Amino acid sequence: MLDTMMKLFFAVLPYVALMTFFLGTIYRYRARTFSYSSLSSQFLENRQQFWGSVPFHYGILFVLAGHIVGFLVPRSILWWNSVPLRLYILETSAFIGGLCALTGIIILMYRRLTNSKVAKVTSPMDWIVLAMLAAQIGTGLYTAIFHNWGSSWYSASLVPYLWSIATFSPDTAAVMVMPWAVKFHIWGAFALIALFPFTRLVHILVIPNPYLWRKPQVVIWNWDRHTIRQRDY
Amino acid sequence: MDVRAQVTTVFHLDKCIGCHTCSIACKNIWTDREGTEYMWWNNVETKPGTGYPTKWEDQSKYNGGWERTKNGKLRLKSTSKKSIPFNIFHNPNLPTLDDYYEPWTYKYEDLFNAPEQSSQVTAMPKSLITGEIIEHIKSGPNWDDDLSGSPIYAENDPNLSAVSDDIRKQMFAVERLAFFYFPRICNHCLNPACVASCPSGALYKRGEDGIVLLNQERCRAWRSCISACPYKKTYYNWSTGKSEKCILCFPRIESGQAPACMHSCVGRIRYIGMTLYDADRIVEVANLDDNQLAEGMRSLILDPRDPEVIEAAQRNGVHDSVIEAAQNSPSYKFIKTWKLALPPHPEFRTLPMLWYVPPLSPVLASLDTGKVSNSTDELFESVEKFRMPISYLANLLSGGNEGLIRYSLKKMLAVRMLQRHKTVGDIERGTVDKMLKEADTTEREATEIYRLTSLATFDERFSIPPAHREEAIESVGVVQEHKASAGFGFKFAPRRGL
Repeated sequence: MLDTMMKLFFAVLPYVALMTFFLGTIYRYRARTFSYSSLSSQFLENRQQFWGSVPFHYGILFVLAGHIVGFLVPRSILWWNSVPLRLYILETSAFIGGLCALTGIIILMYRRLTNSKVAKVTSPMDWIVLAMLAAQIGTGLYTAIFHNWGSSWYSASLVPYLWSIATFSPDTAAVMVMPWAVKFHIWGAFALIALFPFTRLVHILVIPNPYLWRKPQVVIWNWDRHTIRQRDY
Repeated sequence: MDVRAQVTTVFHLDKCIGCHTCSIACKNIWTDREGTEYMWWNNVETKPGTGYPTKWEDQSKYNGGWERTKNGKLRLKSTSKKSIPFNIFHNPNLPTLDDYYEPWTYKYEDLFNAPEQSSQVTAMPKSLITGEIIEHIKSGPNWDDDLSGSPIYAENDPNLSAVSDDIRKQMFAVERLAFFYFPRICNHCLNPACVASCPSGALYKRGEDGIVLLNQERCRAWRSCISACPYKKTYYNWSTGKSEKCILCFPRIESGQAPACMHSCVGRIRYIGMTLYDADRIVEVANLDDNQLAEGMRSLILDPRDPEVIEAAQRNGVHDSVIEAAQNSPSYKFIKTWKLALPPHPEFRTLPMLWYVPPLSPVLASLDTGKVSNSTDELFESVEKFRMPISYLANLLSGGNEGLIRYSLKKMLAVRMLQRHKTVGDIERGTVDKMLKEADTTEREATEIYRLTSLATFDERFSIPPAHREEAIESVGVVQEHKASAGFGFKFAPRRGL
């Protein structure tokens, strides 16, 4: 019974999550563009925001990038890890990234609890997101400590599972034998993906990349200035 | 020559009485929503003073505006394409609420609901953000209103850096204080730092009239514009998580009305008109030396009666009615013809298009005597001895160029003397002629200045062409397409559901 349930969780939940993610974010972007914002509260509180937001974002981005690289090129990770020293370097830096994220999110949660101005702009959904992210970081760090060399076994056995999801032929054999912490980590990840369009996390999708190649000044004409005079009314 | 049109404003500081009617008109229309209570798109400051937000002119604190690099290029002080990935999680140059003030209201209901008690009932102030009682209000809008001479406010005015200690002491001597009012709105710059800094590309300059706007749908609250604007005229709405700024009341402008702040101005100090400028020369001018910038900006503005300019403007899609408005523009007269108006802090290099006529008042009261001097023997000597030192005004309005301030003040003084000769008659004609000549003006021009300064009607002060929305639509689409398709209040066509 439990097994069937778990199988269902690992095989079906990801699709529900991805479906909500794509439909939700696209619909929200089209219908409520205005709500796409990082909703920064730095204006209301500056100091703790620095000590929280900076380590959290760098830490989480580094770790997330590691997960994505592992997903895309698992063989390269395994090759890199074939020399023990390189494995230690990768694992240590990933762990430090996780610690940064943990420190950051604890400071950010403390800030939202204690600063009355910031509390004013904190929604219940913000708390759900913060709690889920904290849980993700927690299970991640727990796994790193108690189930060593995750970068290797992730690339070897979890990435094939993720690819099986991505190619619509879910194969749950590998995840079923994973320890509980890892299972929760995977469910947490898909739950975050499912909740994504209903939270402030959408700001990740609107990172300002066009800025890097646009001209400094932006001029918009309401009328087509080159044809306006040639028209015959 | 890339001729474009720009709504250009002139504020006549000699006429501002500091009544804040403009601020209230603006607030009532645009910024009385949650998240905007602390914003004053239009505010009036007392100068010398620290202003709003506190010490906004001090760019060593806020890092606003542009700076020149060694290889002669312009770059923003606060942000760049290289640094934005590192500063996006925490903007190191962001002013916080404390630099403005925590907005509040009073618990008025207490005045009615309090139980009978022996002491007087008071309405305590409460924060408009948290709703908590504020025991001790530390700052507010116009917190240093009329507080010239105060060691906490006026003496910390960054513009005083060029004023010698001696003069400074005299400026702030008790009972001999001098100050003037400095109303500010967004300058709708030609080289706007806010636009250039926005990572999302939400800010833009309108091609037709140069109004700088912020697309709320595209703003992602990266907050770069707030630190980049050296005038601190973009604001962060803490509630919606979007930035906002003065829109020059474009819905009013488009229908030929003056912006609310200008329309309501009691002292009638505000003039608005179109000017034509050469967009090709923006970079060149923005690169000039500090004390050359004001003159350089003047040279950007083109003569709207010059056939070559008209032709180039027409070629560039500037509407005939805009060109006509530029020809009747009061701003053009103050800035170009009479050379009275000057740009605020041109050294920030954003090329602001809100110009100021420097204040002549306090009338002829010089530093030496503290008495109002009627003597014209000394002609313009009094200009040098104004209680508001020329070096101070130069720091504020001409990037340190004292000559431009002197020129402007002399001419205004000559106009005043001519009128005094005409109406009071205690000044010799010969003296007046001498002054007019020395101030580089004529009786005719001086009379015109007098007329536009003192007697101008509504239509003379505001020369605003219609927005030609109809043509804007016609030039990009077929009007008939929209006929009978959308009703009131719909963004999309109200189609029957499936």
